[in-house]
Amino acid sequence: MSVLTYRDALNQALREEMQRDGRVFLMGEEVGVYQGAYKVSRGLLEEFGPTRVVDTPITELGFAGIGAGAAMAGLVPVIEFMTWNFALLAVDQIVNSAAKMLYMSGGQIPMPIVFRGPGGAALQLAAQHSQSFEAFFANIPGLKVVMPATPADAKGLLKSAIRDGNPVVFIEGEMLYNTKGEVPEGEHLVPIGKADVKREGADVTIVSHAKTVSVALKAADELAKENVHAEVLDLRTIRPLDVAAVTASVHKTHRCVVVEESWPFAGVGAQVAYEVQREAFDDLDAPVIRVSGADVPMPYNKQLERLAKPDVPKVIAAVKSVLYQA
Amino acid sequence: MKAGKESKAARAPSGGAPGKRLAGEDAAAMRRLLRDMLLIRRFEERAGEQYALGKIGGFCHLYIGQEAVAVGAMAGLNADDYVLCSYRDHGQALARGIPPRAVMAELFGKATGTSHGKGGSMHVFDVDKAFLGGHAIVGGHIPLATGVGFAIRYQGGSQVSVCFFGEAAVNNGAFHESLNMAALWKVPVIYLCENNRYGMGTALERAAAVYDVAARSCSYDMPSETVDGMDVIAVREAVRRAAERARDDGTPTLLEVRTYRFMGHSMSDPIHGHYRTKEEVDQQKLRDPVVTFHKELEQAGMLDAEAWTALEAGVNDAVDDAVRFADQSADPDPAELLTDVYRETPA
Repeated sequence: MSVLTYRDALNQALREEMQRDGRVFLMGEEVGVYQGAYKVSRGLLEEFGPTRVVDTPITELGFAGIGAGAAMAGLVPVIEFMTWNFALLAVDQIVNSAAKMLYMSGGQIPMPIVFRGPGGAALQLAAQHSQSFEAFFANIPGLKVVMPATPADAKGLLKSAIRDGNPVVFIEGEMLYNTKGEVPEGEHLVPIGKADVKREGADVTIVSHAKTVSVALKAADELAKENVHAEVLDLRTIRPLDVAAVTASVHKTHRCVVVEESWPFAGVGAQVAYEVQREAFDDLDAPVIRVSGADVPMPYNKQLERLAKPDVPKVIAAVKSVLYQA
Repeated sequence: MKAGKESKAARAPSGGAPGKRLAGEDAAAMRRLLRDMLLIRRFEERAGEQYALGKIGGFCHLYIGQEAVAVGAMAGLNADDYVLCSYRDHGQALARGIPPRAVMAELFGKATGTSHGKGGSMHVFDVDKAFLGGHAIVGGHIPLATGVGFAIRYQGGSQVSVCFFGEAAVNNGAFHESLNMAALWKVPVIYLCENNRYGMGTALERAAAVYDVAARSCSYDMPSETVDGMDVIAVREAVRRAAERARDDGTPTLLEVRTYRFMGHSMSDPIHGHYRTKEEVDQQKLRDPVVTFHKELEQAGMLDAEAWTALEAGVNDAVDDAVRFADQSADPDPAELLTDVYRETPA
């Protein structure tokens, strides 16, 4: 174990997978000479050369499609979007090409590809640079959607995503790149589709993912002072959703709060709440409550932005609501 | 339609004096080209009929009129070169040598189809023939074909990637982004624009500020040619030249192949109407690529009446057999609904 930043854990995963498998290459804007807009690809150009670390023009649609085409011909592309906001230009290739190729070819054409980059709100980047698209992509059959919250999970999930053999939407936390944690050396694989209990507790389940895991953990710290013991579940993968892990926790706690940074309408929390009422109806002692981003484009103003994001007080309020303490 | 614009599309260069230019060609190979074009013609006629009978659903875009493009192009390629097409893909599939049975069965949505009934008319795939699909978002497969070319270069292969698309695709971003990167990185792709003059009902002249498609290659410093798409030999030769450049040092090429669709955009659309006149269609039919090449082979002494009768009978039998096979094949098992969404095998 060594302590690494989330950024360096991702870098380690890329380096190890590129060393292991010559079919793996990295393509995107500023990934090579510039060393990555967020420095995730630092040093890779020097180690693997320009054939495998490919700087592109600003053409998300084009290079996402080139990645998908390269996967059709036997390569294992890792396509970096500088942020997922820009990936909207590539949605045709992600949704119409990558997600559907295996199915519409009757199983003939596999699509082993990872689309990765940072998502979610950072600080005062305003409406077009502060969006969370996990629910949007998780709606699409054929895609997997992965969102690591810790450096160890970032490494283990990226390695699994590269080996998965299916198109994986891998959404990193823009605000998580500098966070540090212990990361196992070498072969460390975290399975896709498995949630993780980040903190055990018996009174309420807080379901979270990506950046909201740390919000949930801080809320759990505060709640513990009031003798409320929250279990914090990190989904880690949005699709396929680990329904069994959610219901197992709710079976124990009987109460559930879902926290996400994305918008409320048809969000991840809506799906979790549906699954809980469907699979654990008799376990529930209170309705499932959701804490999400506000149902607005992200404002620039610092105070307004704070109001638009899930935070510790909002999570605590939701927990008290399901405990009927509000 | 202004006369000048119409004549522009029809002024494609000829492949040479009929008859004489075939000296040195193998007669059997020439008959094979005619046979492949006739197979597409008859297959598409039957597909139209089966669509009308309700055996084929959804959209069905026929290739009638454009046969020389697919057949000529495939004749200029190697068996391991990759082919990607738009949704008007039956002609390329047949020209590539995919059995008519499997193509017709896919149109019928049957388990025996190329994509086991999951793709349909617009999504024919046959990985054994390096035929990487029928794609149904205009221009969306141009980046894919570029990526296939990227993979060829990455793997050190000697194949080329060929992308068939209509002229309406050249106005969208996928085309521009792809050609720019292909030229920048020397990716071995042949961008084969089938200019049939209409994107559904919109004439190229009404959609493009510059409607000389080949001229767009100057934006990418890429070689280009304008080719008579009604002339199977001219198409074959242009594709051969482009493939040679691609194999040589990865240079991509933009080919503008001028052709004409004799039918409506799809089976749901009229052959003529608000967007083009019956007179225009009739005039274009004088350039019918199958009839023209048939005559040329007769003049060259490569096809007598007996050989033609046998060729036509063989084609008719193959198409009858394909329809019978498709009709008698089973639908996919209901359990197939849920397969092929994700792959269990790792990368």
